Amino acid sequence: MQWETVIGLEIHAQLATKSKIFSGASTAFGAEPNTQACVVDLGLPGVLPVLNGEAVTMAVRFGTAIEAEIGRRSVFARKNYFYPDLPKGYQISQFESPIVGRGHVEILLEDGSAKLIGVTRAHLEEDAGKSLHEDFHGQTGIDLNRAGTPLLEIVSEPDMRSAKEAVAYARRIHQIVRYLGICDGNMQEGSFRCDANVSVRPMGQKAFGTRAELKNINSFRFLERAINFEVERQIDLIESGGKVVLETRLYDPNRDETRSMRSKEEANDYRYFPDPDLLPVELDEDFIAAITAGLPEMPDAKRHRFMKDYGLSAADAEALTAGRALADYYETVAKTSGDVRLAANWVMVELGAALNREGLDILDCPVKAESFGGLVARIKDDTISGKIAKQVFEAMWAGEGDADAIIEARGLRQITDSGAIEAAVDEVLATNPQQVENYRAADEAKRPKMLGFFVGQVMKRSQGKANPQQVNELLMAKLGG
Amino acid sequence: MTNMHEKSISELAAGLRNGDYSSVELTRAYLARIERLDSGLNSYITVDAERALSQAGAADRMLRDGAASPLAGIPIAHKDIFCTQGVRTSCGSRMLDNFISPYDATVVTRFKEAGAVMLGKTNMDEFAMGSSNETSFYGPVRNPWDRARVPGGSSGGSAAAVAARLCAGATGTDTGGSIRQPAALCGISGLKPTYGRVSRYGMIAFASSLDQAGPMARSAEDAALMLGVMAGFDPRDSTSVHQPVPDYGAGLDGDIGGLRIGLPREFFAEGLDAKVAASIEAAIGEFRKLGAEVVEISLPNNHLSVPAYYVVAPAECSSNLARFDGVRFGHRCQGPKDLEDLYKRSRAEGFGMEVKRRILIGTYALSAGYFDAYYLKAQQIRQLIASDFRRAFEQVDLIAAPATPGMAFAIGEKIDDPVTMYLSDIYTIAVNLAGLPGMSIPVGPANGLPVGLQLIGNYFDEGRLLNAAHRFQQATDWHLAAPADID
Repeated sequence: MQWETVIGLEIHAQLATKSKIFSGASTAFGAEPNTQACVVDLGLPGVLPVLNGEAVTMAVRFGTAIEAEIGRRSVFARKNYFYPDLPKGYQISQFESPIVGRGHVEILLEDGSAKLIGVTRAHLEEDAGKSLHEDFHGQTGIDLNRAGTPLLEIVSEPDMRSAKEAVAYARRIHQIVRYLGICDGNMQEGSFRCDANVSVRPMGQKAFGTRAELKNINSFRFLERAINFEVERQIDLIESGGKVVLETRLYDPNRDETRSMRSKEEANDYRYFPDPDLLPVELDEDFIAAITAGLPEMPDAKRHRFMKDYGLSAADAEALTAGRALADYYETVAKTSGDVRLAANWVMVELGAALNREGLDILDCPVKAESFGGLVARIKDDTISGKIAKQVFEAMWAGEGDADAIIEARGLRQITDSGAIEAAVDEVLATNPQQVENYRAADEAKRPKMLGFFVGQVMKRSQGKANPQQVNELLMAKLGG
Repeated sequence: MTNMHEKSISELAAGLRNGDYSSVELTRAYLARIERLDSGLNSYITVDAERALSQAGAADRMLRDGAASPLAGIPIAHKDIFCTQGVRTSCGSRMLDNFISPYDATVVTRFKEAGAVMLGKTNMDEFAMGSSNETSFYGPVRNPWDRARVPGGSSGGSAAAVAARLCAGATGTDTGGSIRQPAALCGISGLKPTYGRVSRYGMIAFASSLDQAGPMARSAEDAALMLGVMAGFDPRDSTSVHQPVPDYGAGLDGDIGGLRIGLPREFFAEGLDAKVAASIEAAIGEFRKLGAEVVEISLPNNHLSVPAYYVVAPAECSSNLARFDGVRFGHRCQGPKDLEDLYKRSRAEGFGMEVKRRILIGTYALSAGYFDAYYLKAQQIRQLIASDFRRAFEQVDLIAAPATPGMAFAIGEKIDDPVTMYLSDIYTIAVNLAGLPGMSIPVGPANGLPVGLQLIGNYFDEGRLLNAAHRFQQATDWHLAAPADID
């Protein structure tokens, strides 16, 4: 039987506010346990939550960026359950009236076509603390530093049909929150967490199959692997006569499998009700309009503009708009170099490789965009060849100055003086009479390859500085003669 | 000097400024009375003499420097529901018997800043759940008018302490009548302000949408002075309201000629004790003499208030009390064998019967499948009740009614019959559901026991309530009546 996979994602993005969503305590990551938990975060008797307006602004920025309906009146509700790292015995979340309603994002499929993925809703809530099971000799330690950190839970429609689509969607959301500067996107530290609802159904069937919810996924790679594992597990199960049960499953990256954590039947009744300690959040049109007006250019718009203005392919535009900083970098390089295509190649290939090698973010790139543009400009105006440019780039990376300085200091300027190149060509022909004879005897098809030998010799003699095109032309003329 | 405890807050404030006595002397006098009399009343859970005297010393220095607040140097008590930094805050529960708050409630801070002296923390029904003060882990409070009777609840300790002159005034909280009902049963003046008028920060939550703190004092004038300290917006409480605080003291003397007072006929029907009814009618007569116009009104949905309250309040309490889990503070059972055991035994041991009953009711009411039928329906009833009052206040300026259906009942009389106990709040609950201000002032005693007249005002109309109550107290002396054997 042909099976169709159906995936919906729940993404928890930690909002990059300085203080917590309902208290004034800091949200910084990595402090000593329980040093960033005030009386409100500890859920002491008598304390009350006060909403952090910055979290509301960030949520609305996200909502407007995905063209979602913004809740004019959203309501905080209590989700009641007992857990040691949940100090109040309930989590303040939003239930019936979320701050962000229906919206959508566009993903690019592998064939280059676009697909719209629906976002059902996004709501504000507080994070819980952490239970630490190691180092306590059979007991559990509780760290409440994270308790009360603002989260935006972004719930998608079950619109994805493969693990790859799910990853593309998750990456798109990740890109959007980073563009907006509302989340640092750090998956290792848990600032951006994905839970996947996965089910399968016979191809053509309308009704959804029973889903499993996959948790504990902390990278895009694991997201893809967890979904693929789960899809196979479900298909195998059904095909061997079993039934998928509604449950939560944990992904184990070490064993690359998912394991049942708890079935939904034994799950809590959360007894949601509106939190009487907080007033409904009422947003007026001016507030929303001001946020809409203040949005940066979003990835979709930027990608389309790059394709239109710079003539880039969809794939190149996608790569160069992956992050706002990279896109800005590219645009500066394109402008200072005067060659948008060459700039795109050099940013994606040489610069990308160097950043990867060093594990650096574009923001920490030691070569500023203007300098890199200067390097590309020297390739474009034939001052140096691409090959020499790589040397120059290495030197720039090492902090030896900008392209022109390095070219001058190292004497790397390309030789375009045809007299000098001709002299070098003549010398090479004179010292290799046998090869010249062979070349001339060879048929047309073999000659280009044989020409490479002479080009190499001339370039060697000029320490790589001879203009390759001139060398080619001169050699062809002299050998052909 | 010997009768300092008989003086009102404004008299004491004048005496302190005249140098007739110092705050330290005044505080010592109250501490001595507590020492001598409270063993028979049990109105205090904690008395902190050392702290009180040190605050009194500081108040005397403030007074020398010209302290502005009329509360400077005045010895008061806080209901043990308000968090007090460095002092046990038990909420009347074994659960918090060991809890020393690391912070002050906003109400406590405001009294501190005004220079008031805290004598101690008063007894109360456990987590403010009760109408008789019998649910306290620290034992029942006795009514100073008759020690075999209850003082009312949940602010029974505050009411008894004020009535017995064991403090000049006390704070209380009122979720369904917990200031007004004990004020009525102990013959004092107690005011529950408009929801949002006084900060709830640091006041241990019972039912967050209903809880409101207020003053309990010997007169409307004293209550006005205390409310002036307590009231006002607090950035730590999102439900506190940005609304200027009037000078309640300045408005006390206004003429009440032409004041329109409504009597809700539903409050004078079956179930009202005849002696209470007679006292109320006599009091209404006094208001007529003062020039008020009295008209009959209707609050047709009042009979729904007790059932609606016993859904909303337990629902909120079931969630509010989830934090008492034995993990971070409060009672923890001995040697828990796992997490579930820790939760179950800590809570089973820490909470008393009435608290458990309400947690169970509330958990049930919020459960999937019951939420719409109970919680949502109760919220709709709240709207109906609020509309009743809205219509009434189109016709009248104030509503007058009995505060309680009867007078103080015997200790043990109703404790095994929760529904009968719940019905003792039948005249006060609707006011909380609507969020209105309400006050009880003494209009007894009748047969040796106090009777309370309830005055209900429109939103943020505490000034008018206090004005009417004060004019009434200027013309009568019921508020001066004191229990016989307190000296």
